[in-house]
Parts: sequence; structure tokens; C-alpha cells
Amino acid sequence: MDLMKVNKRAVMTNEALQNLIGSWIPELEFTEEDSQYLNITVQPENLHQLMSQLKSDSETNFDYLFCVTGMDWGAALGVIYHLESTTHRHSIVVKVKTEDRENPTLDTVSNIWKTADFHEREVFDFFGIKFNNHPNLKRLFLTDEWEGFPLRKDYVDEVNMIIK
Amino acid sequence: MDTTTVTNFKSEEYFINMGPQHPATHGVLRLLLTIDGEIIKKVEPDLGYIHRSIEKMCERDSYQQIVHLTDRMDYLSSHINNEAVCLTVENALELEVPERVKVIRTIIGELTRIASHCLWWGVLGMDVGALTTYFYGFRDREMINDIFEETCGARLTMNYNIPGGLMFDIHPNFVQRTKDFVTHFKTKIPEYDKLLTGNVIFQKRMKGVGILSKEDAISFGASGPVGRGSGYSCDVRKHHPYSALDKVIFNEALKTEGDSLARYEVRIQEMWESLSIIEQLIDNIPEGEHKVATKAVIKLPKGEFYQKVETARGELGVFINSTGTKNPYRLKFRSPGFSNLSLLNHIAVGGKIGDLVASMATLDIVVPDIDR
Repeated sequence: MDLMKVNKRAVMTNEALQNLIGSWIPELEFTEEDSQYLNITVQPENLHQLMSQLKSDSETNFDYLFCVTGMDWGAALGVIYHLESTTHRHSIVVKVKTEDRENPTLDTVSNIWKTADFHEREVFDFFGIKFNNHPNLKRLFLTDEWEGFPLRKDYVDEVNMIIK
Repeated sequence: MDTTTVTNFKSEEYFINMGPQHPATHGVLRLLLTIDGEIIKKVEPDLGYIHRSIEKMCERDSYQQIVHLTDRMDYLSSHINNEAVCLTVENALELEVPERVKVIRTIIGELTRIASHCLWWGVLGMDVGALTTYFYGFRDREMINDIFEETCGARLTMNYNIPGGLMFDIHPNFVQRTKDFVTHFKTKIPEYDKLLTGNVIFQKRMKGVGILSKEDAISFGASGPVGRGSGYSCDVRKHHPYSALDKVIFNEALKTEGDSLARYEVRIQEMWESLSIIEQLIDNIPEGEHKVATKAVIKLPKGEFYQKVETARGELGVFINSTGTKNPYRLKFRSPGFSNLSLLNHIAVGGKIGDLVASMATLDIVVPDIDR
């Protein structure tokens, strides 16, 4: 029994993580290319289920969401989540993309990690990605009257932006 | 007084503005308080007064230029911020910097931490009504700033790190002056304790105020002394050591109470630990070059790179998405102050405005770090 407990506390290798998480949702894509972490790409409809399971499952226990990055990949908009487990000390990256640039919408994870509340507002402010069920989705840094989303690649501001 | 008149008063919630120009917000931060009498019902931070869109600026800048922008985030940890970007770039290029660089970076990083905590301690006292601390804190911080000025040419925005090493070698006086400072400061921390830590009024303002549980600390992404005050072991220097931090022995300052006093004691303890780290390294700075040559135009390989460091405020993360050009495609700073501020509402609700000031002082907020 004790030995099993010790094993459960151990850091999971990326391969073990991939096998476990892959068994939850079949459509996930895994890659370790060009990154120091294991990267998971998830479809928007599976995002909330995956994220809540990543936190609640005792083997993964990703309780620390340390970075939320909005991304504009050109064709797609999306979010990159960096997760770490404070008990097992393993890390993982989850990516979610949406092709809809007019009305991009993803599910919130602020009900899983409280820090996501502010981080998602930042992503909304700069990328215009809306988060379903977010408790207080409004601009965080910019004024409410601001037009456009400055960190998108197609954002134009001829007065204030210096393009080299 | 007739009791009926008292009960006839209606208790109503109302809004009050704290900031953007308020001494306790330490910069231009506006807090929208919903209060009932003096009891806080809700705190909503209004950010962006000094937002400069540093992340967007990074997308057009070269990697050498980006280092300079990071000074302007958490200006009290400027050296450590510079280091974060340099480490990310060096890791991406698989560039091994000389041991001398690693040791000097760590020493100056710890000096930066002490300088930052000195300032924090000074203004914390001022926030809760003890003006003397301000002068004590600034007196000792001045000595560190003088050391920086001699070696880096700047006192605050140091720009001493460059990808590949350090801009110049250390000044000949650096080692002696640092040792002098360590000797001096060892006699001063007990003075800090005498003046403020044991003060009854101060204890009453801090103890049991702004309580944050360990579970909430992790969920809110708290880091640095804020997380460690709640018993959450989150020191990046311990868990993901960088530069010369894997070669030194130090304790992670941990407290389990989670109140303002715990966060205060963690920082005091951290100053002792930083002194110990400096003492272990200062006589053992290896000989050698102070940098390795990099190309004039640095191009990172295609990929995603993440590096975290422990600033005086907590975990600073640098995320670079590179497409193989001379500029990052996307660069994100995960700033410690941003996550730490997000839990302010949680710890302030139910308390009084005076308690909010005390709690905020122990979160040690630097607004440019939050606004970026």
C-alpha cells in the first residue's frame, strides 16, 4: 500500500501523462516538438471537461495555472494554458484554437482556477476572445470605448504604432 | 440617545474610489470599493493607468531591446526581470554562459531582492502609520543602489544583463562593498524587528488580517512571499533553480498563518536568506569572461520557450513563441503582481478600509508590473 502511495506522488513522465490524458478524450492531439513541455491541443467543445479533469484527477492534479497566454496564430485565435501540479511537480501546456475571428468564443476555466478570472479578462481585452460563463467579462486594461483588439496581428493603429 | 433614532438609520452600500492617486496604492491603481459603513463588501481593481503594451512592443523589437523593456515592469526587481529574458533567449539558443556570469547574476539578484524588501518594509510601516521605517529602509537600500551604480552605471533600471552574459565586468570595488553591506545589514535587520515587528500596534494591525488559505493561494496563482505566507512552497529558486542558485544552500521562508503578519515575516526571513546566499558566493566568483559572444542580430529557433524566475514579488514567467525570425511572434510576461492583485478582493472582503491598506501593503504591489 505504502509503495503505491509513493508511486502516486511521483512525477509522471510525459509519456505517462499522454497515455492517461489520451484515455479521457480521444480527439486530443499531443506533441513535444519545439517545446520543453508536453503540449495538448484540445477542441473548444472539450476544453472545460479536459481542464476540470486535469485539476481534479488525483494522478495529474494540475492545481496551479501559472500562465494564460492569448494567441493570434493568423488563421486561428486561441489561448495557451501553462499548468503545474504543486503536489507532483509536473507541468503541461494546453492549447485551444478557434477559427472564428468575428466572434471567437471559448469556455471559461475561471470556475476551476480563480486566477483565470483576471487572465481571461486580459485575453478578452487584447484578443477579443469571449469566455462563456465568465463572471465579469469586460475590458481590464483598456477603456470600454477602445475599438479593436491590439494584440491581434491584423490590428491597425496608424497614429500610435511604430512599424519597423 | 434614543435607541429608536439609531435603528431608523438605513444601512446602505455605497461606492468609494481609492486611487488612482492614493499613497497606499503605491502607484496609479484605482480600487472601486463597495462599502457598508466601513465594512468592505467588494474591491474591484481598475487597471491600465500605466499600461504601455510592452508585449506588443516586444513583437517589433530585437531580443536585445526587449531586455530593456523589462526594467519598466517591476522596477524594483529590474535585474531579475532582465535575467528572465536573457535566460529564455540563452536557453532557446542553447547558449552556455560562463560560471562567472551565473554567480554575478545571482549575487546581484539577491541584492536586488534585499533592496526591494527594504523599500517594501519602509513603505509598509508608513502605510500603517510608522513613518520612521521609511527612512531606515531607504538608508540601507541606498547602499545597494550605490553598489549598482558603480558596477552597472544605473541605480534602478540597471540593464546589466544581456543575452550571453553581462554588459561589463564587475567594478573592482564590487566585492568589498558588497561584503561591507552584508556586515552592515546584519546589524540592521534586528533593528527592523525592534522597531516594527514587535510593536504592539503594528502586530494588532497585521495579525489575523487579510487571511489567505493555502488552497486559495494556489488557485489564485499567488507566488512569492504572498504564497509562502500561506504555507505554499512556491519558491522558483528551490523548485526550478537557475543561474548559480543550485550551488547555494538556503531555506525557503515559509509561514502557515496566511495573514498579513505571515507575509511580513516571510519577507524579513527572506532578507536573511538572501544575505546568506550572497555570503556563500561573494568570495567564490570564478575567474573568466563576463560574456560569450552572440551574433549582432539574434534569431531564435522556431518553437516555444518558457522560463520562470523568482523576483522580489514572486514568479515572473517569460513565454516566447518564435517563428525563427529576429523578433518574437508572441511574447507574454506572466507577472507576479498581476496574479497577486487578483486575490485582493478575496482577502479584503469583510474587513475595514484600514485593513485593506495593511493587506495591500503586504501583497507588495508594483503597478507597472501589473499593467505592463
